[in-house]
Amino acid sequence: MTGKAWKFGDNIDTDLIIPARYLNTHHPEELAKHAMEDADPTWAGKVKKGDFIAAGENFGCGSSREHAPIALKAAGISVVIAKSFARIFYRNAINIGLPILESAEAADDIKEGDKIKINLTDGIIDNVTSGQSFSAQPFPIFMQKIIKAGGLINYLKTSHGPILIFSASNLRLGS
Amino acid sequence: MSSSPKTIAEKILSLHSGKDAKAGDIVIADLDFLIGQDGTSGVAIDSFNKLGVNKVFDPHKIAITIDHSSPSPNLGVSAIHQKIRDFAAAQGIKLYDIGCGVCHQITPEQGHAVPGDLIIGADSHTCTCGAINVFSTGIGSTDLAAGWASGKLWFKVPETFKVTYKGKLPKGVFSKDLILRLIGDITADGATYMALEIGGQAILDLSVDARFTIANMAIECGAKVGIMPADKKVMDWVEKHSKRSPKPVEADPGAIYAKTLEIDVAKLEPQIAKPHQVDNVCPISQIGDVAIQQGFIGTCTNGRLEDFQIAAKILKGKKVKDGCRLIIAPASKEIMLDMIKDGTFQTLVDAGAVPVTPGCGPCVGTHNGVPSDGENVISTANRNFKGRMGNPNAFIYLASPATVAASVIEGKIADPRDSR
Repeated sequence: MTGKAWKFGDNIDTDLIIPARYLNTHHPEELAKHAMEDADPTWAGKVKKGDFIAAGENFGCGSSREHAPIALKAAGISVVIAKSFARIFYRNAINIGLPILESAEAADDIKEGDKIKINLTDGIIDNVTSGQSFSAQPFPIFMQKIIKAGGLINYLKTSHGPILIFSASNLRLGS
Repeated sequence: MSSSPKTIAEKILSLHSGKDAKAGDIVIADLDFLIGQDGTSGVAIDSFNKLGVNKVFDPHKIAITIDHSSPSPNLGVSAIHQKIRDFAAAQGIKLYDIGCGVCHQITPEQGHAVPGDLIIGADSHTCTCGAINVFSTGIGSTDLAAGWASGKLWFKVPETFKVTYKGKLPKGVFSKDLILRLIGDITADGATYMALEIGGQAILDLSVDARFTIANMAIECGAKVGIMPADKKVMDWVEKHSKRSPKPVEADPGAIYAKTLEIDVAKLEPQIAKPHQVDNVCPISQIGDVAIQQGFIGTCTNGRLEDFQIAAKILKGKKVKDGCRLIIAPASKEIMLDMIKDGTFQTLVDAGAVPVTPGCGPCVGTHNGVPSDGENVISTANRNFKGRMGNPNAFIYLASPATVAASVIEGKIADPRDSR
C-alpha cells in the first residue's frame, strides 16, 4: 500500500483523535468527519484514502473509546506508524482492524507529505521520498492472525464458529 | 502452580488463568466482573451482535452504567441510551441508569469488586478498583463484547513498577497531589504496558476513598493497573460494601520489579497539572497568577464524600467569587445522599456551588458545564486534554478538591494551605 504521510507529535490523545462531543453516534463515516479535529480542524477534509499517520510517543493515550481507531480508519488512514502506542489504543486498533506499526526510526524520518509504501506482511516501511527503509516491531503470532482476519470479531467468528471460546490451543501462544 | 516469587499483578493473572504467569507471558484469564458505560457500550453491543452469540456468559457478572452523558443531552445520545436499556433488559444485565453515578464508584460501592478480582471495563479509568487490591483494567468495546460472550479475555502479563510513598502527608496536601506528582515525575507514558504496585506508609495512612483517587489516575502515566495492598482499612471497606468473599493478594518477597521509585511526601506541596497534558505538573508555589472562571469538583477521581467534605470545610461561610462558577457532581447517588445527611451539600450550595446529576458531569465534555473560549477551569478530574471539557479553546488545570475550593473563593488558583 502506498500513500501520503500526515505527521503528528507525542501524546496524541483520544480527545484529539475524536472529541467526546461527537460520540453521539458510532457511525464510522460520521466520526471520520471529526477525526483529529482539535489537533487540526481542517484535517478530516484533507486526508485521502490510503494515507498514513506518522506520530511520536504514546499515540492514542487517554480514553478507551474505540471510536478513535474507528474514526481514523473511516477517514481513510491505512496504517498508523508511531514511536509507541498507548496500551488501550493498541488493542482497540488491532481489534477493529486498523493496522498499526511501531518504529521510532521511521517515525523520526517521515516528514509531512512524504510518500510512504508499507508491506504489512513483513512490517517493512519504505519512505519513498527520503529513500530510507525501516522494519517495524513484529506482532506476536496470534495478534497477526487477528489483524489478518480484519479484527477480533471476524477472528473469533471465523476461527471458532458461533460458540466463542478463548482457549490457549486456539491462540497457539508463542508459536 | 510454581512457587517462583510474583508481583500482585502476576499473582492475580496466574490465579485467573491457571498458568504460572510471568511478566511478558500472554494468558487467557477468567473475568470476575465486566463494566460498560454509555460512551462505549453502544459499540460493544454492535460487536456482540456481530459475534452471533445470543446470550452473555453470565449476566450477574456484568453491569452497564449510564454515566457519561446523563441525563441525555441530545437525540443521538438518547438513541444510544435506549439501545443500552433494551440490551440490558434482554440480557438480564444490571443497568445503573441516569443518576446512579459513575461506573468506577458504583462497581466497588455496590459490592461488585473485592480484593483479588480480575475486572475489565470499557473505560480507561477502570483502574480505579486497584485501590482495593483488584487487577482492574480498561479495554475497548470489542474486547468488552468478547468478554460478555466468553467470560474471558487475553492479557499480556505486565511488568511491574513499584512505587512507595513514604513520610507523613503535610496539612493541605492530599492523595490527588501524590498522584499528580508521580505522573509529573515519570511522564504520561512512564508506566505504559506496566502494572503500578503502589504502597508505603503514606498510602496506608490514607482512607480508602483517598486511595481510589490515586489508583484512578494510574492510566494517566500509561499503566494497565494501579494496585494497592489489602490492609485492614480495605478489608473493612469491602466487608461493608460487598457480600462476596475477598481473596486478598500480596506480592511475594523476591518478586521482580522492572522499576522502583520512592517518593517522600513530607515536603510535598499541593500540585497542579497545567493545560493540555496531565504530566505538565508543577507545585502550586510555581503556578503564578492564573484567573479562574469555572471550578469543578467531582468525577471518578475526586467525587467522593471525603472530597466534598474537604471542599465544604474550606467553603463554609464563604462564597464562590463573582465572575467564577463552581459545579459539583457527586460520583454516585449514595454519595449525594451522604452529603445531604451530613450537611456537606447545604454548605456547598450555600457557598454558590451548582450541583449536577451524579455521574461524570462536565468532565467528558458532552454537557453540564462546557467552558467558553479562553476560559480557565480548575477541576478535580483526571484529564486536562485540549477539548476535554467540550471546548478546544479552553484551558483546564487539575488539582485536589481543596485547591479547587480555595481557588473559586479567590477567583484565581489559590493554595489551600492558606485557607483558614
